[in-house]
Amino acid sequence: MRCCPVKRLHLLAALGAVLLASAGAARADPARDAILAQLAAEAKQADSGFSGFSAQRGGAFWHATHGGGKPDTPACITCHTRDPRAQGQTRAGKTIQPMAVSKTPDRFTDPAKVEKWFGRNCKTVLGRPCTAVEKGDVITYLSGQ
Amino acid sequence: MKRLVLSIGIVVGLGFATGRAVAQDHAAATTLKECGACHMAFPPQLLPARSWKKIMTGLSDHFGENADLAEPARAEITAYLVAHAADAPGTANGRLFLRGVDPSAVPLRITQMPFWKAAHSEVPAREFKSAQVKSAANCLACHRSGGGGEGREGGENE
Repeated sequence: MRCCPVKRLHLLAALGAVLLASAGAARADPARDAILAQLAAEAKQADSGFSGFSAQRGGAFWHATHGGGKPDTPACITCHTRDPRAQGQTRAGKTIQPMAVSKTPDRFTDPAKVEKWFGRNCKTVLGRPCTAVEKGDVITYLSGQ
Repeated sequence: MKRLVLSIGIVVGLGFATGRAVAQDHAAATTLKECGACHMAFPPQLLPARSWKKIMTGLSDHFGENADLAEPARAEITAYLVAHAADAPGTANGRLFLRGVDPSAVPLRITQMPFWKAAHSEVPAREFKSAQVKSAANCLACHRSGGGGEGREGGENE
């Protein structure tokens, strides 16, 4: 049986896309996966229609000007900068290593640290705790950066 | 018998001393890690104990940011700061840092302390606002010598 070269090309392209997606979106780490699974369970409990985290939503959240929190820090990017792969700076002038997992591979692998920093920064930036969906979206976004 | 009691006494005494030293080391490491995550872990002798207590019970609004810290780390750091504060009994030269401070005042910013102001009176305000320095709390932007009482950076985001 002759197989058409076009079909084979499609197959290759599809395979490539899958590989790219898995390399980009899910930098797998069992500890990070466990944190995301826990957040997904919380999200599902709050809303039975929850259908998974979104890197796109996470990116929008990361770049948004939120307000509602402390006046000097209305956004994630106030300290972390627009580029998650770049170093940030605290208000006291200290360097923050990049939040992008490609640059700082141990990001979002320590549940206590994740809880501490979302706990603080969501109150500082938004004036309220973040939802499980917001946290999961941001982690998903930064895992692909 | 006497010798045995003496030996036991020495061993127990050393044990206590080592235990205390280990606890101090742990508290120092926790302080360096947690405080140093956002700014230099400031030397505790720069403020009196009452100031550290107030700072460590008001972390929800820590100079305009939420810096909430779970127990036991919060209590451990508080105890360490208080034990080495300017007015703590064992702090050498602690009085130097309290010169000109009203005993009833509770200063919260090291940069508002008279010793600090006197030491930095010739530094123009714009220097503290420059991109490299960003804040007067960024001691290490200028005091890069490390070691000798300059404080240590610490942090968990290295």
